[in-house]
Amino acid sequence: MTPSPLVQELILAAIKVALLIGALQGLFSLMTWIERRVLAFMQFRLGPNRTGPFGILQPIADGIKLFFKEELMPAAANKWAFLAAPVLAVTMSFLAVAVLPYGPPFRLPSWGFLPEWLQGRELQLQIATLDVGLLFVFAITALGVYGVVLAGWAANNKYSLLGGLRSAAQMFSYELALGLSFVGVIMLAGSFQINDIVSSQASRAGGWFLGWNAFVQFPAFLVYFAAATAEVARTPFDLPEGETELVAGFHTEYSSMRFALIQMAEYVNMITVAALATNLFLGGWHSGIPGVPSEGLPGFLFWGGKLAVLLFVFIWLRGTLPRFRYDQLMHFGWKVLIPVAAVWILVTATGVALAGR
Amino acid sequence: MDQILFYAAAALAIGSALVVIGQRNPIYSAFALIVTLCSLSVIFGLLGSPFIAALQVIVYAGAIMVLFLFVLMLLNVESEQQAAGRGGRALGAIAVALVALLVAQAGAVLARVEPGPAPAFDASTRRMAEILFSPQFLYVFEATSILILAALVGSIALAKKDL
Repeated sequence: MTPSPLVQELILAAIKVALLIGALQGLFSLMTWIERRVLAFMQFRLGPNRTGPFGILQPIADGIKLFFKEELMPAAANKWAFLAAPVLAVTMSFLAVAVLPYGPPFRLPSWGFLPEWLQGRELQLQIATLDVGLLFVFAITALGVYGVVLAGWAANNKYSLLGGLRSAAQMFSYELALGLSFVGVIMLAGSFQINDIVSSQASRAGGWFLGWNAFVQFPAFLVYFAAATAEVARTPFDLPEGETELVAGFHTEYSSMRFALIQMAEYVNMITVAALATNLFLGGWHSGIPGVPSEGLPGFLFWGGKLAVLLFVFIWLRGTLPRFRYDQLMHFGWKVLIPVAAVWILVTATGVALAGR
Repeated sequence: MDQILFYAAAALAIGSALVVIGQRNPIYSAFALIVTLCSLSVIFGLLGSPFIAALQVIVYAGAIMVLFLFVLMLLNVESEQQAAGRGGRALGAIAVALVALLVAQAGAVLARVEPGPAPAFDASTRRMAEILFSPQFLYVFEATSILILAALVGSIALAKKDL
């Protein structure tokens, strides 16, 4: 019996969602270990190397430890908000990934064990192909602030509250620069759809990687990377949890699995902005060298490789740069990044108008 | 499918809107308002206008409500404990009567209208831009921009005594 097209779509979407959430959680736990190891090597230490080969089972050990820890809640905390905040943060971080493509379209082979309607079916490696994909990501990022703000407020602790307010101020200051850095890319592609933006880069410069937005839109790429680092509160912009001033910022009072949830939200956000940069600026799944295939599995590997490089750069930055001071942070966001992005939009717009598109 | 989504979003919008006015804690009200705005955005999406839906979330639920919450948290507003006095009750009664009148009128209008599908309308991003920048709306659009710019300059001048 063949299910109706709507049911088929729903089944496929459910499978994709389950796979993607699983993959993100795996990547999150792997990232915690990689980050600690890489940072350790950068500081002439060894890092966690005892649990399993090279310490790769460390995330599992950490997970078990967090699972069995006592869960504390401050007596003066607002109970419901305190419980809801980490869930809100994680939900928003997973939602944003839904519209990002993570590989080229892929045709299922005609394996005998697959139901008939799945054989030879073309699949998009993306949960939802939205007409306004980029705006959706932007909207979800805007909502992501609330998880942090709510967490900071609900704990009824002054360090938490200050951390939450700081994050809110930082996130919506840098959201502007982030949004402006997209505009040039959107103008060149003529579409908000992330798939269109990926394919628009492949056709430029004869298929060479010089046609990618990272080169064509170099200033926008720099602005994006700086703003994205601030948006996910990574060093050098990790003021919301500046240990020296705020204990641990908005998640001071969180323990056990709720702490793990907040960590997960932060890492998934980092993976999201890296994946977005891969798609918008680094040509997505395209190889960037004419003649090298970027369909099917190679395309997926190229995409994953670019993501891995960007994630490494995030860790690298954390290993090398000191933290900004708060006034420097605001100065850099409002008086450097936003004007640069605005001027670059004018340059791109002039170019697009002169090219007669 | 669309109908289920519409009724779910509509119910959520009305329910959370009631929470906005019913809650004594302003922070809860603010969060409920965010839920209302997001469910309205779902309805815009169902009407075939994803662009407006996304803008609704980015501008209202994202930017504006963050500022609301920011102020509420900075001022640490206490939840309203005192019930309204006699004058408040009289005002409340008038308000309820007015709302009842409004609902009755809306019902009367709805009873006359034949339900049917909305006329087809292309609400894509490109079409939106073409309408906004057409000679019909261009002046209004730019005038609004200048108004907002003037408000921005004004608020900076007020907030900062010596520039």
